[in-house]
Amino acid sequence: MNGVHDMGGMHGLGPIAPEADEPVFHAAWERRVHALVIASPTRGNIDAGRHRRELIPGPDYLRMTYYERWFAALCAMLLQGGAVTAEELASGVADPAAPKGTPRLAPDQVVPALSRSGSYLRDTAAAPAFSAGDRVRARNRHPTGHTRLPRYVRGRTGVIERCHGAHVFPDSHAHGGGEAPRPLYTVRFSASELWGPDAAARDSVSLDLWEPYLERA
Amino acid sequence: MPHDHPHHDHGQEPPSDIALRVKALESLLVEKGLVDPAALDAIVDYYETRVGPRNGARVVAKAWSDPAFRQRLLADATTAIAELGYAGGQGEHMVAVENTPTTHNLVVCTLCSCYPWPVLGLPPVWYKSAPYRSRAVIDPRGVLAEFGTELAPDVEVRVWDSTAEVRYLVVPERPAGAEGLDEAALAALVTRDGMIGTARL
Repeated sequence: MNGVHDMGGMHGLGPIAPEADEPVFHAAWERRVHALVIASPTRGNIDAGRHRRELIPGPDYLRMTYYERWFAALCAMLLQGGAVTAEELASGVADPAAPKGTPRLAPDQVVPALSRSGSYLRDTAAAPAFSAGDRVRARNRHPTGHTRLPRYVRGRTGVIERCHGAHVFPDSHAHGGGEAPRPLYTVRFSASELWGPDAAARDSVSLDLWEPYLERA
Repeated sequence: MPHDHPHHDHGQEPPSDIALRVKALESLLVEKGLVDPAALDAIVDYYETRVGPRNGARVVAKAWSDPAFRQRLLADATTAIAELGYAGGQGEHMVAVENTPTTHNLVVCTLCSCYPWPVLGLPPVWYKSAPYRSRAVIDPRGVLAEFGTELAPDVEVRVWDSTAEVRYLVVPERPAGAEGLDEAALAALVTRDGMIGTARL
């Protein structure tokens, strides 16, 4: 979707304001939001979670802090997944008739779970269509659902740097369509291809793009 | 003023007091048996004490002092980083990109906030913010200048936009005069911003 989250290439969003000696969290509630997102039931997969944050209306998205967005998306996903009802969320009190659940993550499971790497790489029989050095164009598509193809590269031509194998495809995974693994490539675009002749001639931007985003140039 | 912010849109408006709302949600999920507050404490502790840029600094210091490790890191960063015990969510598919006298690397996530948690910890606010996400790709030299990092015009800038589950770690150039330091001393020279690419060491 062409949401405000797709920010690459915009001007006018203000100065970057690095904070000296920044703490990991800025408030106790931020700690709890971060932990709740990881520990909650029905939090969905990573792509569904990203899409849920993209669905926050643009003016709100821009006004909210990072963890406010996480909290809003968490509440929406808990509702959508049926873990809580709207009445429970509004009142903060559990429906006494609701069955008691079991936590997805016990305290002694936390460190093993967080320090273990999963993988988004999947075995597929299909060979990748492109190989390193191929020239490809990012398709000029504007899906209304989740995608990881930023607007600023659509229609632009780049060069395949490497293939990462077939990775879980967010455009499907975010919408309950299954993992649908597709070859993932690092594609390098020259800065002048993206931003015109005023860009520094040797500079470039590389993105990781799935095969359905690309066509041979 | 309890009626200022009615709950009409499932929490998609900035709350008047988010701390209370978060506390209420946690209490609700605990009451329903869906989360264990001690597990939440353990998650917070993990991200406040177990991961952070000192992990990445160890990786960089080892790459500076061990040519064979540097080769392994550049060839397969996920496996090389795991040699030091660093793995986990947001570090599943690592790529290390090396700065040289003629190439400078800068990492961003324009679409959200993708960042290599196992080696750098959770990202700083500015990395997740609109100003950085918007301009790192179109004006990397301007962004670097805001961080006080001036590059000569003939240095090539390579920006890496983390659009998939691949996460990037910049291996900065080893500062002049660091020859002969051991890995611990070298690691102390490595900064978080150096490994994002907004700073040079």
